[in-house]
Amino acid sequence: MNEEILIQEKSDLERRFPGVVTVDERKGYEGYVVNAEDLVSCATTLRDELGYDFLSSVTGVDYFPDNQMEVVYHAYRSTGGPALVLKVQVSREHPVVPSLVSVFPGADFQEREAWDLLGILFEDHPNLKRILMWEGFHGHPLRKDWREAYHEEDGKPFKSRWPDGHVSRAEDKNVFHKNVDYPADFNPDTWTPIGDAAIYAGVGKIEHPVSETAISTDHLVVNLGPQHPSTHGVFRMVVRLEGETIMDLEPVMGYLHRNHEKIGERNTFLMNMPFTDRLDYLSSMSNNFGYALAVEKLMGVTPPERAEYLRIMMAELTRISNHVWAIGFLLNDLGAFFTPALYAIEERELILDIFEAVAGSRMMCNYFRFGGVARDLPEGVFEKIRELVFDRLPRKIDELDAFLTQNEIIRTRCEGVGILTPEQAIAYSAAGPVLRASGVPYDVRRADPYGIYDRFDFDVAVRYHGDVYDRYLIRMDEIRQSLRILEQVVSDMPAGPIQEGKPQYQVRVPAGEAYGRVEGPKGELGFYVVSNGKPNPWRYHVRAPSFINLTAMNEMCRGNKIADVVAILGSIDIVLGETDR
Amino acid sequence: MTDDINSPGYDIPPEMQGQVAITTLDKIYNWGRRSSLWPMMFGLACCAIEMICTAASRYDFARFGMEIMRPSPRQSDMMIVSGTVTKKMIPQIVRLYNQMPEPKYVVAMGACASGGGPFKEGYNVVSGVDKFVPVDVYIPGCPPTPQALLHGLIKLQEKIDTQSIKTVRWYRREPLEPIPVPVLGPDIMDPREYTAIKNFAREKADQPLGEQPVIEKEEA
Repeated sequence: MNEEILIQEKSDLERRFPGVVTVDERKGYEGYVVNAEDLVSCATTLRDELGYDFLSSVTGVDYFPDNQMEVVYHAYRSTGGPALVLKVQVSREHPVVPSLVSVFPGADFQEREAWDLLGILFEDHPNLKRILMWEGFHGHPLRKDWREAYHEEDGKPFKSRWPDGHVSRAEDKNVFHKNVDYPADFNPDTWTPIGDAAIYAGVGKIEHPVSETAISTDHLVVNLGPQHPSTHGVFRMVVRLEGETIMDLEPVMGYLHRNHEKIGERNTFLMNMPFTDRLDYLSSMSNNFGYALAVEKLMGVTPPERAEYLRIMMAELTRISNHVWAIGFLLNDLGAFFTPALYAIEERELILDIFEAVAGSRMMCNYFRFGGVARDLPEGVFEKIRELVFDRLPRKIDELDAFLTQNEIIRTRCEGVGILTPEQAIAYSAAGPVLRASGVPYDVRRADPYGIYDRFDFDVAVRYHGDVYDRYLIRMDEIRQSLRILEQVVSDMPAGPIQEGKPQYQVRVPAGEAYGRVEGPKGELGFYVVSNGKPNPWRYHVRAPSFINLTAMNEMCRGNKIADVVAILGSIDIVLGETDR
Repeated sequence: MTDDINSPGYDIPPEMQGQVAITTLDKIYNWGRRSSLWPMMFGLACCAIEMICTAASRYDFARFGMEIMRPSPRQSDMMIVSGTVTKKMIPQIVRLYNQMPEPKYVVAMGACASGGGPFKEGYNVVSGVDKFVPVDVYIPGCPPTPQALLHGLIKLQEKIDTQSIKTVRWYRREPLEPIPVPVLGPDIMDPREYTAIKNFAREKADQPLGEQPVIEKEEA
């Protein structure tokens, strides 16, 4: 899409919705401000007439002490192109915004998250309750005036960890010597626990089918997790069953919610880099990439040529290591207990060796910097990568393919299970392999290229059945495409500097907002960063693909058998660090 | 270790050597337990990935008798707390710990499980699993490498070697009390601290806004 059409469209939008949409004039900001009462009709028109059918991210920003809350929407066309950013501004005391779930079902979990963490009420949301914290928690923690029990200062770096030469620990300042705080006048004796009643009530909305001929059976509510070997971590599902058939399913998360965003808003910009490693801890390099892109957009720097190549090399190696892991554990979930996973882990270990040599850590690489990367390749690593890319990995992937793909049990258990149609996939804002396995060839690397992806030859892998089997196949395809990119990277790798300017701990980030997104192995990973010119980000939000892909989980599972739930979950490939953040 | 068992300080006649072993009850008891430590299949966060790698073919902790990971707490000897413990998760962890039969051990794997790690300041993060369950071995690292985990597990085996059947807690006369399961209220609540919480909240109501009350915590 060329620049001219875009500009045309921008002025069009104001003309098209007179009095409803205004251009966001703040310096460093983009997009449009929409009146709250017209949001739903405006979004419907954008979706149906202008083609912005993919709602990527919904989040809120608390502009304290200005008495303003802002809900930020990033919408894209599923055919590719840049974002359309919409904002709704409401007051902090009365933050009510109409829900977009009726237009974009993919907004469901994200709106719940904004309610949970920021206390923004979404009117007409079908199931507006807390999602990451538990029902009954005191306060909305991402509000700027909400302080946690261990709060020391508003921004890092802290003045001193050793005031007057004595170490001080946060525990010592708290009455309970723990990370707890209770509201005034709270009395545990008269308090009644809320417990899990709300969760179980959430799956009870289905009317019991009444049939004259069939035997009447009771519905059964089954709880799975959070401690279950097949939920890929501390994930929990509540399922309503009719016999063995799933009538309704509700994912329950937050068991690994470790306050990434709140901590991120206190850290300096660079301090967040190692924290992004711990989002999707299987693919830390990709997370680094997304965050670096967002901050670089604000700072206006571009990395030198060699750094760009190194970035893509690491991101694609990450994708391979993530996908072999995902395939191994999908097979685990299907009952091939551990043997395929062992083969997958073997290949992953070789990639981790490279990461360890390059970044110093197997998993938590912390490798990207704003305007470059942290280190150059040490001696001998390039040859190792060359050997992996041109010889070992293609061979091993073919081997996995030969053993697994036509396996009868795998095909019987995967084909036709957990189907997500292309329309549903777009509506539920599914991303990555889940979206592409449903027949939507949407890959951020092609649709909205970042880094130097526009220079490489590769195909966007796409499959058309939208079932578990296709989600398995697409990962195989993507590994092959990644190898194709890597072959080009290895052949063309230029020499030169790896960092624009001098590396610095304290970067100067001008005020404004930016949304950086990459095609992570799990899907579209976005970072929404708002800076007010200070050393710490004012708002730091992660658009986590694992989290948003789960919105479609209910749709995929309904009508399937309970035994398939684990396979369907395995095919979405979630990582709880990212789901819960 | 096998040499250890076979050298109790008695002379065994040459013709019986290799067929008869004389040892102490403690030694044979500990040898049996330390050589078949079954971990619970239970992962929390990033560290769980390294735990899986440790179980996989390259590092292979089956070499030390830990090959069988049990998904059920009833069949496991050891809980590897592999990752950040959140307030939302701690009731389940305590419940799992209570469900494990004695003898049981807890390994805090990584910075988060040991003390909150990089996420310590977070509002939903428990600063160390030892705030709620007793921990035997702490393993530093974020995440600890498989080698570090193996080293921690070997340390646990060394700890088992020092235990005596006469003094271990699970053979004492008095029954073992389960740990009270924390409750999710406005914040995480230890049932043993209800009185302290009530006092705290009452004091807080009298304080100016934003100030934390300074009161002594009652001993549980």
